[in-house]
Amino acid sequence: MAASSDHAGKTGFRAWLNKRLPVDEFIDSQLIGYFAPKNFNIWYFFGALALLVFVIQILTGIFLTMHYKPSETAAFDSVEYIMREVEWGWLIRYMHSTGASFFFIVVYLHMFRAMIYGSYRAPRELLWILGMLLYLALMAEAFMGYVLPWGNMSYWGAQVIVNLFGTIPVIGPGVVEWIRGDYGIADSTLNRFFALHVIALPFAIAFLVLMHLVALRQTGSNNPDGIEIKEKMGSNGKPIDGIPFHPYYTVKDVVGVGVFLIFFCGVIFFAPTFGGLFLEKPNFEPANELSTPEHIAPVWYFTAFYAMLRAVPDQQLGALLMLLAIVVLFFLPWLDRSPVKSIRYKGWLSKIALALFVVSFVVLSYLGLKPASDLYVILARVFTAVYFAYFLLMPWYTRIEKCKSAPERVTYHA
Amino acid sequence: MSDEKVTADDIDVNRRKFLTMATAATGAVGVAFTLVPFIASWKPSERARALGAPLEIDVSKLGPGQMITQSWRKQPIYVVRRTPESVAKLGGVAASLKDPNSEASDQPAYAKNEMRSLKPEILVLYAACTHLGCLPKQYSTVADPAMGADWPGGFFCPCHGSRFDLAGRVFNGSPASANLRVPPHKFESDSLLVIGVDAAQGAA
Repeated sequence: MAASSDHAGKTGFRAWLNKRLPVDEFIDSQLIGYFAPKNFNIWYFFGALALLVFVIQILTGIFLTMHYKPSETAAFDSVEYIMREVEWGWLIRYMHSTGASFFFIVVYLHMFRAMIYGSYRAPRELLWILGMLLYLALMAEAFMGYVLPWGNMSYWGAQVIVNLFGTIPVIGPGVVEWIRGDYGIADSTLNRFFALHVIALPFAIAFLVLMHLVALRQTGSNNPDGIEIKEKMGSNGKPIDGIPFHPYYTVKDVVGVGVFLIFFCGVIFFAPTFGGLFLEKPNFEPANELSTPEHIAPVWYFTAFYAMLRAVPDQQLGALLMLLAIVVLFFLPWLDRSPVKSIRYKGWLSKIALALFVVSFVVLSYLGLKPASDLYVILARVFTAVYFAYFLLMPWYTRIEKCKSAPERVTYHA
Repeated sequence: MSDEKVTADDIDVNRRKFLTMATAATGAVGVAFTLVPFIASWKPSERARALGAPLEIDVSKLGPGQMITQSWRKQPIYVVRRTPESVAKLGGVAASLKDPNSEASDQPAYAKNEMRSLKPEILVLYAACTHLGCLPKQYSTVADPAMGADWPGGFFCPCHGSRFDLAGRVFNGSPASANLRVPPHKFESDSLLVIGVDAAQGAA
């Protein structure tokens, strides 16, 4: 390779290092040599931002574990201790709690990007599935993290979520007791959730991120036009419409990081609870097994699925429906039968379907935050139907609609 | 020492395949057995099981219509002394219940009756809603203003809106599918209620 012969001539520490650890070769092949489409737009910031939030969560999390105590009697007090007595403890905790919500914001936008530009389509099915597995791991990570402060919403949220496993036929009750390690949500539950939250799941997420990136290197990035830049190769053996990831996109991402941090810091400093959305009010009182909060709702990023659960007047079916709402996403690469990938060239049926899907997700998320009144249950049923219709009717409407033909080269205005 | 070369013909491929499979299978069995202690370590510990011993409650101080909440095995238990008039109401609501005869619900055999109890006036329930485990609130007054004029007295779950009568039986239109569960219990004497033990089977 040309790149490695360049380094062969170098002397000194860098040459010594590269002979033993292929640092330059890695940078050359994975960052400079990775050619990404030149027509990326604002939607392409969120992958890098998700990685940034992951790093923030790991770093702030490490410091929180230095003061937090995962026990029934000490957990709540240790969080208050971090907030009031540990120097800058409040900042580190608010970074971590705000980071959790921002993780979901950027991940949802990242997933939406894949949906509008058809980034889940062949040959990127596995890339999408790895991303979905990351989403599942992130949900588990967020849920267990939410239990750790041992506030009353932590406790009752754990109660509701763990009991979902009780709806599994026959083995359900045994599974629930096994997950809790006691006859109720107890010290043992908190302790094992802590272990999973700080060791097992972060490892799983890091591994999946690595696989996600390796799969991305294999297929190459999609782009807003949904066409394969690898089909038009230049004389240098690189795609004509591609530019080196480094420095072009690394520098662009730095700008994205700057803008992101403005919003992130804005929330940390001025609205860390975000009106009860990021940190719920009942969680400022300690867990109490004898008193349910007036109204139990998960944190905002789970409420769409929670609204679906409540919309069904049967607990087993409700839990099943909620599970299916996530499972159906895995099948997206095979549900979309359109001749084009990007929404830019799809017909109006796809555009309306996508718009309805966004509306249903937002409305369900809102309904999941509210008490289950009769009107809300009816609305939840309607929008649950819309949510599933988007996926289940996709093989039909993507095939019958009239699409524009995708361009030969990417659309790019300098 | 022989200088003969080993050729491809000399390799018994089937034998190698068999040995590879046998080694892998033996390893898999070993891994499966090794997993047992790790999976079993999540079950309730000896201490948790000991702390789940039966609970004694003196019900003589419970006034008519009054409810107390006790914790047994980390699960809140409701003990209610029903008034004679609310007991009389239990027969009249069968038509609006999902499971009036507790066929699909979880209770000991001696509580599978209209009262869902050993004695008509003393009701013992697991407080956890059979939907997702929230605690239904008590609205035991007949025709409670918050619950409507035809309310026979019972429980309302604030989480997802399930409604139960004063025998813990779920009303139609609730997200919960089953009646509130009844824990094993017995009376040592007229006033001493023991939760966690059946008169017949002994400790649960």
